Amino acid sequence: MADPRNVDIKDQPGFRTIAIICVAVLYVPILILMIFSFNTGSLVTHWEGVGLTWYGTALLNEEFHNAAENTLIISVSATIVSTICATLAAIGMTRVKPWRGLPAAFMVINLPLMVPEIITAVATLSFFALIAGAFGLNFGIGNLILAHTVFCIPFAYMPIRARLEDMDLTLESAAADLYATPWHAFRRITLPLLVPGIMSGAALAFIVSFDDFTITQLVAGPGQTTLPLYIWNQIRRPMTPEINAISTILLLVSILFVSVSFLIARRRAK
Amino acid sequence: MPDKPDRNAIEVVNVSKIFGSGEGQVAALDTVSVSIRENEFFTLLGPSGCGKTTLLRLIAGFDFPSAGEILLYGQDIAPLPPFKRPVNTVFQSYALFPHMTVADNIGFGLEMLGKPKAEIAARVAQMLKLVKMEALSNRRTSQISGGQQQRVALARALAPQPKVLLLDEPLSALDYKLRKEMQIELKRLQHETGITFIFVTHDQEEALTMSDRIAVMSAGKILQVGAPRDIYDRPAERFVADFIGETNFLKGTVVSKKSGVATVKLASGATVAAGFPENFDPSGAVTVVVRPEHADLIADVSKGTVSGTLANVVYFGTDTHYHVKLDGGDNFIVRYQNSRSGAVTFETGAKVGIVFEDDGARILKD
Repeated sequence: MADPRNVDIKDQPGFRTIAIICVAVLYVPILILMIFSFNTGSLVTHWEGVGLTWYGTALLNEEFHNAAENTLIISVSATIVSTICATLAAIGMTRVKPWRGLPAAFMVINLPLMVPEIITAVATLSFFALIAGAFGLNFGIGNLILAHTVFCIPFAYMPIRARLEDMDLTLESAAADLYATPWHAFRRITLPLLVPGIMSGAALAFIVSFDDFTITQLVAGPGQTTLPLYIWNQIRRPMTPEINAISTILLLVSILFVSVSFLIARRRAK
Repeated sequence: MPDKPDRNAIEVVNVSKIFGSGEGQVAALDTVSVSIRENEFFTLLGPSGCGKTTLLRLIAGFDFPSAGEILLYGQDIAPLPPFKRPVNTVFQSYALFPHMTVADNIGFGLEMLGKPKAEIAARVAQMLKLVKMEALSNRRTSQISGGQQQRVALARALAPQPKVLLLDEPLSALDYKLRKEMQIELKRLQHETGITFIFVTHDQEEALTMSDRIAVMSAGKILQVGAPRDIYDRPAERFVADFIGETNFLKGTVVSKKSGVATVKLASGATVAAGFPENFDPSGAVTVVVRPEHADLIADVSKGTVSGTLANVVYFGTDTHYHVKLDGGDNFIVRYQNSRSGAVTFETGAKVGIVFEDDGARILKD
């Protein structure tokens, strides 16, 4: 008999079945998508044979290249800018005496997580339309970078703040005790110890920007097609397994970044 | 013991520290004044929450006093930030920089002071030797044991040759044997470096072992400052006697007194001669304290100053405690050091008398 005070959820009737159903619902469609990327035939629903034909087609596809290039420019820029902003915000909100506006500031930073993305998208679009109309300003791909930076900030902010809160404040006291000015203490002690949090935040920001669709779809101008937009456009035509191959490549990039983020987060726990 | 020079390294003058405001206000330190001499091993001793760590933090500069002055060789350092004070700290948690090697940790203070690389390297090597850590200089601080981290923390704080070294319960995380070893080690380091040490602890044994002088603190005040022997043998107040070592308390009434010695009639009817501190004038009902080792058990009950029944015998290895239930109802402990010859033999339940050694009884302020 199991100890009644120590109920293990795994022993509950039906647990295993429910768990399997959940995992299947989550991953079977993705698995099917990936399997059909190796289909040699030209239909995403009819299997003909195993091959890398569609990967070859995808990698030679000029439109795919352009979309990938746009995506990388936007994601990398947005990641860098948002991570810097998030780092400064996190420091500004953990290494200060508590002030009255602190909860409000926290909310403002994290608001993009709570506002429905379509609202942000429409608002961003109107904003850019407004400054284009009023001042004739259009930053081209900069519009997209700016929009992505904004919604990436809270994602980058979370792990950085968590890391700062975990950090032993005595270390900063020790640095000050050993003649380090506040700037030197930050530069030599806080920042190096914050790096795992920053990396983890940057990886998250990158992945969020990398696969954003809604905001990008509304804000993107001509020639600013990103990978998610490219895929969206492709599936409105007769679909070939090329789209499966492209999706699989995207998925692998995402998994890579999430894994990196996770590994860094785990290493910091040691 | 050689005489210490009388120059003061630190003078704390009427320092108060108040945390919070309004009704939630707490005075962690209440107009505390104390002078710490140059080249002294000075201990702030008291229970947790007595203000000892607060006082240390004020000297280090991590907090600022609400009132009063802190003088370092005559200069008021109270308004200076920690990085401008020639004072270093050994933290309770060591606070070693986890991303740096042992050597980089030790050199950090000198580097921040802008010393040339060659000088830093030489000093780090010297410090590693001082704390016997030469072999581990390139290790990360997470790769060394607790005792070794302790040594690195000491070396790091000593490397910039501070005028005063502050130690905040640095031995509390070590196991018993290592703690004993480090007590002797600290004493040696203090002797070899000639730096003034201010040591904070709640462990009375640690304080008695290492200190030149001890300040006993309670509830934000310093109750008594003195050499370990003074504090132990002539505690100024009841709290000090109770906190340091074990003590028996007996109620009595002052019958007469002359030049520092009073005759007290105890509840048992017996009278004893009891010393009392200067600037204290005992009268009426008082408490007499007797250290367990300043009393003897005798079989002849009628000759005992007090008498009772032996309730319990507790063996401690080095010594044995005899718990006596006095006829008046109070408990009294007598301690004997164990030796292979001359063992004291009393059986539990026996009627015993207790006599006090000369000078063994004292009257204290409550």
